[in-house]
Order: sequence, then C-alpha cells, then structure tokens
Amino acid sequence: MASNGQSVLARLPAIRAAAADLRELLLADIVMIGEIPSPTFSEADRVSFILERFADCGLQNPSSDEVGNGFGLIPGSVGDHTIVVAANADTIVEDPEDQTVEIEADRIEGPFVGDNSVGLAALTVLPTLLERLGITLRANLLLMTAARMLNRGNLEGLKFYLGNASAPPVAGLYVEGVQLGRLNHACLGTLRGEIICRLPDDFEWAQHGKSGTILPMSDIVLMLSQIPLPQRPRTHLVTGMIRGGISCQNIARETRLGFEVRSESSQILDDVGARLREITGLVASRSGVSVRLDLFTRREPGGIEDTHPLVRGTRSVLEALDLKPMMYLTTSPMSAFFERGIPALTLGITRGSRSPEIDEIREYVDTAPMATGLAQLAGTLMIMDEARNHENS
Amino acid sequence: MKTRKWLASNTFHHSSFRDIRTIIQEKERQGLRISVCIPTLNEAKTIGKEVVILRSELVQRYPLIDELTVIDSGSKDGTREIAASFGADVHLASEILPETGTKHGKGENLWKAIHQLRGDIIVYIDADIKNIRPKFVYGLVAPLIYRPDIQYMKAFYDRPLVSSHGIRPSGGGRVTEILVRPLFSLLFPELTAIIQPLSGEYAVRREVLEKICFPVGYGVETSHLIDVYRRWGLEAFGQTDLDRRVHRNQPTRDLSKMAFAILRTFLSRARSLGIIGDLPELAEVLRQYQVNDAVYEQVEFKIVEEERPPMITIPAYREKFGRDDS
Repeated sequence: MASNGQSVLARLPAIRAAAADLRELLLADIVMIGEIPSPTFSEADRVSFILERFADCGLQNPSSDEVGNGFGLIPGSVGDHTIVVAANADTIVEDPEDQTVEIEADRIEGPFVGDNSVGLAALTVLPTLLERLGITLRANLLLMTAARMLNRGNLEGLKFYLGNASAPPVAGLYVEGVQLGRLNHACLGTLRGEIICRLPDDFEWAQHGKSGTILPMSDIVLMLSQIPLPQRPRTHLVTGMIRGGISCQNIARETRLGFEVRSESSQILDDVGARLREITGLVASRSGVSVRLDLFTRREPGGIEDTHPLVRGTRSVLEALDLKPMMYLTTSPMSAFFERGIPALTLGITRGSRSPEIDEIREYVDTAPMATGLAQLAGTLMIMDEARNHENS
Repeated sequence: MKTRKWLASNTFHHSSFRDIRTIIQEKERQGLRISVCIPTLNEAKTIGKEVVILRSELVQRYPLIDELTVIDSGSKDGTREIAASFGADVHLASEILPETGTKHGKGENLWKAIHQLRGDIIVYIDADIKNIRPKFVYGLVAPLIYRPDIQYMKAFYDRPLVSSHGIRPSGGGRVTEILVRPLFSLLFPELTAIIQPLSGEYAVRREVLEKICFPVGYGVETSHLIDVYRRWGLEAFGQTDLDRRVHRNQPTRDLSKMAFAILRTFLSRARSLGIIGDLPELAEVLRQYQVNDAVYEQVEFKIVEEERPPMITIPAYREKFGRDDS
C-alpha cells in the first residue's frame, strides 16, 4: 500500500484546490441542510433534501429505508465490495425558536451546524468533487445519511443498515463537522440514560413540609459522585442535564437527570449499570417518590489498532495536508461498525466551537479549512480503496 | 370580477416552478438573459448568505441567473467585501452613471441597476432576507418566461390564500395593511389584489423598467405599481407565493418614516394623474415625539422623495442598449 499510497498523497494538493472551487456549493448545502429541522425520529425532510442532491449528482438509486436512512451509490470500477461514508441526519434539538443559519465573512453560525450539517453537506458535495477530479474507486461508494442516531435513537439507523445490508461494507467512514484533524479509530463504550423522580399519583398535596422530587434527586447525584470509577480502564461519568420544578415555591412533581457513562471496559459499564439500579432502588424506598432508571443507549467499546493500515494511511493523508492527527477515544457512532467487526474511522471537516452563551445550540464553524477537510475525505477514501485492493492482490 | 379573474390566472405558487431545468431550457430557447440585483446598505449580516445561496444554486448548479450583482449605497460594515468574496459583482451606486449625480435611497440603486445590468429580465431581491432560497428568484422569473403577457412579477409570503385548512386571511406587513391597502382601496381598487405591494422582491422586463420613474426612497414600489397599472393595466402584473420570508423586524418609528415617504409619493402621483385636485405643497418633514426625563421632545426627520426619470431618457443608457431617441 505504501507505494500506492504515495500516489494518493501526491494528488492531495490538486484535490484540495478542486475542493476549494466547490466552496459555494458546500456552504449553500450547509445552510439549507441546517435550516431543515431534523430532530431524532423526524429526519424525513432533511433526508429527502439530501436524496434530491444525490439524484442531482447522478448517484445510483437514491432512496431511503424503513427507518428513514437515506442512501446514494457511486458504483465502483470493479464493484465487488462497498465502502460506506455516513453522517447522522438528526440533531438533538427538538424545536429551535430560530433555525436560521448565517454566513459571515469567514465562518458559519447556526444551531448544531457543526453537528452535523457540515458532515452532511460534505456527503452531498463529495460526488461532485470526485467527478471533477475524475476519481473512480474500485469499490462501490455508498453515501449514507443516517437517521435515529442520537440519544434515544441509539444508532438505530446505522445498526439497521449494517444488520440488513445484503453485502456488508468492508470499511466505514463516519463524517463529523468538527474538528478537522480528528482521526478516531477506537470508541469508548457508552451507557446513556435518564433517572426520573416523580411524585406518586396519590401524593398528598396539603401535607406541609413535603419537598417534592428535587431533594431525592440530589441524593442520587451525591451517590453517583461516590461511585468508584477507575482511571484504567478509562471510565467517566457525565451528568449532562438536570431539569425539574416550575418555580421557587411549588413542589416539583418531576425531576429528570440525564447522564452518560463512558468506559473502555464493557464489564465496567455492566458494573456501573448495576450500581445505578441499586442507587435508584435505594432512594425510591427511602424517599417514597417513584424513581425510574431509563437506560436507553448502550454501545460497546471497540476499535482498530493505530497500526491498522487504514489508520496509518489516513494519518499520512492528514499529515500531507499539514494537519496534526488527533487520535483520541471517542463516543462516535462508528462503534456500530466495530460491533460487526468492520474497520471504521471518524474524521472531521472543519474547525468550530459551540456558542459560549447559556443557550448552547448555536455553533460556529470556520469556512477556510473546509477545502482541506474535503480533500482529507477524498484522500482517505482513495487510501481505503487502495488498501483493500492491496489485500486482495 | 376582473380582480377575481386576475387572481385566478396571475397568482402562482413557487412550487409550480420547481423544475428549474425546464425553466432554463425555455429561457435559452427564447434567448433571454436574467440579472439579479441586490441593493445594499450595511447588510453584512445577511449578504454573504444571499450571494452564496443564489450563486451556488442558480449560477453554478442550475444556470438560470446570468449575472448576480450587488449595488451598494456606500456600506461601512464590509458588505461589499463580503459579497465580492463570495463571487458577486459589486458596484457602488455612485460610480454608475456618475454624470447623473448621486441620490440616497434604495430606489436609486434599483434605477442604476437598469443601466449596469445586461439582463432582459431584472430580479430585485432585498438584502435582509434571512431564509433566502432559490425560489425567491425562480418563483418570480418563471412566470415571465412562460407568460409573455406578464410584465411585472411581485412576491408575497407568509400566508397562502388557500391552504389545506381552508381559506385564510392573506396580507402584508403593518405599513401595507394600515396605509397602502386602504389608499389603493380608495383610489386604485384593482391594485388591492396585489397581496404584498411593498414586497422588495420583484422581477420585471427591461422594456417596462426603462420606461417608468423611480422614486429613490421608500416610495419606489408604490409608484411602480401605480405607473405600470396606469400604462399596462392589471393584466401586466403577476404575483408568486413564496411561502415564508424571515427578515429583521423594523421598529414602528422606522415604519413611520416609510409610511410618510409612501404617502407623499402616493399623493404626488394621484395629483399628477388628476385623480385628486388641489393639494397644498406637501411637507418634507416627519415629526415624531419622545420623552426625555419627563420632557417631551419633538424629533424631525426630513424625508425627501426625489424621483429618477425613466432610464430610457438617459443618453448613456440609450447608447449602451441601442435604444433610439424616439
């Protein structure tokens, strides 16, 4: 692969220049995709727009499946295997007041524009980039906009495709808007859920001194903080959301806590899950309020080694584009590939950040690095294609 | 009855024209050129998006637009630089037809665009649209391409006349509903069929644009409707429902200035057409009031609605476009 990889690296400057010429097409698609509301389980409008784009580009059979994923195929010159490039179609925002995406001189701003309007727009522009450069892969290239991925979606779209594909892909590439330079090849396992404290239906409202559901939840938070978590295997507990009550003087009927446990160890996820059940049971019995543990996401840890040819090849692509590869464990959806033994990577297209305001749904992404991000995507696909060919020869 | 018939035959919905490739085929068959003009004054917040969307979709992806031009009034916020960086042709209004001098107002930019742009159809698009989409252009251009009898296409938004839930009220903004529509109802009742007479998005054939006057300020849309109506009749108009337009909401005090300018233009037109008789000299000062530490203060705004003559009367224009003097 090394010698063939060199030919890919040599083409990268031309690929980046061609990508720069597609700037307006990419920016326009980021805006139009980003302005279509697409909460998890309601991605149809956004997927429909992307399928129109796939059709415009002449992709084969742009279509969606039973769970709402969208697909478009670029047939390979040999076509005996398939590489899939995927990005999530959904956003965690339910109903933003303002879905407007704005283009400034050197950046774009909008709700979750980095996660993942940019990734989706990279998919819509990629066929044009490959066509203009005259690049045809040996492998079939399946572009996929994945539905039902976030939160309670629990990667359903990607899992559904991988579980039902007549010919499973030989490799996967997951595209995120940010950050350019990331080269994720391994995933932390994830256990995500909510704890819901609720007053019982027969609660006696006239009873003086009752404190509702916030105090029991505070007990739970305290106990969560006392769960021993090892540094190795790396394990973290993130309490990302808490919500309850309506005013200072009213008893809170319901309090919700959203959390995520991340670990390199599947066993530790099991152990923490068991501890969560103990804690919620204990607090329910002591407080008299209903406490429900809702574990709605479970992803297993996994990945490929950093010596894997895909990782090595992609690292060389990034370095040839003057990017310093950032290789860290992630909670990326590529874990769905790993669960089926399919090698996969996650790449970012540009640099960006979330608004520092309290309302954190608006994100900024820089426009200048996007050409490099697209070039990296094309270069990595060529490397994947070469690697597979090398394996077969 | 005539109004009802016109509404049925000359009111469109943008979704009827989604097949842009077919529009382009017909445009090319007729040998038409389409120009888009975006008049600007300090629109850095939105101009980049408008240029990117229109250029990517209607120049690069579907070549419906032959030129996309920003005519600027001297922005200080980088509007021209941003527009140029995304590939628009950018011109200062003051540098177009300099021998005619410089006047201040959006209408001045629209008027000078007739000389600067080469298109047989010119589409004007306001620069403050936050949800710009290709439909804002093709929805206005397509009826002009398919219907030679239509000369002047206006946009309307927000409230469709008929929806799946039945008939709903349809209307424009505050100035439209409390000033322009009552005035039209009084003196030009057929023009009330134009649902949003003040919309800043319209597409017009050059042969019409070059023959009408242009107030340089807020009165330009009102005067156009009256002048085109008087010369070519209601049949010359069409209108397209663009569904939804998101833009900056203007404070009432600014709308008052707009209303003053429109009223002045309207009364002047009505007087020159002999529709209303003796009027005193119309004032050029709008007076508003504000409270400052319990003291009421009068604030005066001088609003002069100057008017540009039909472009066909400008020698440089006739020379550029080969129009004779007659």
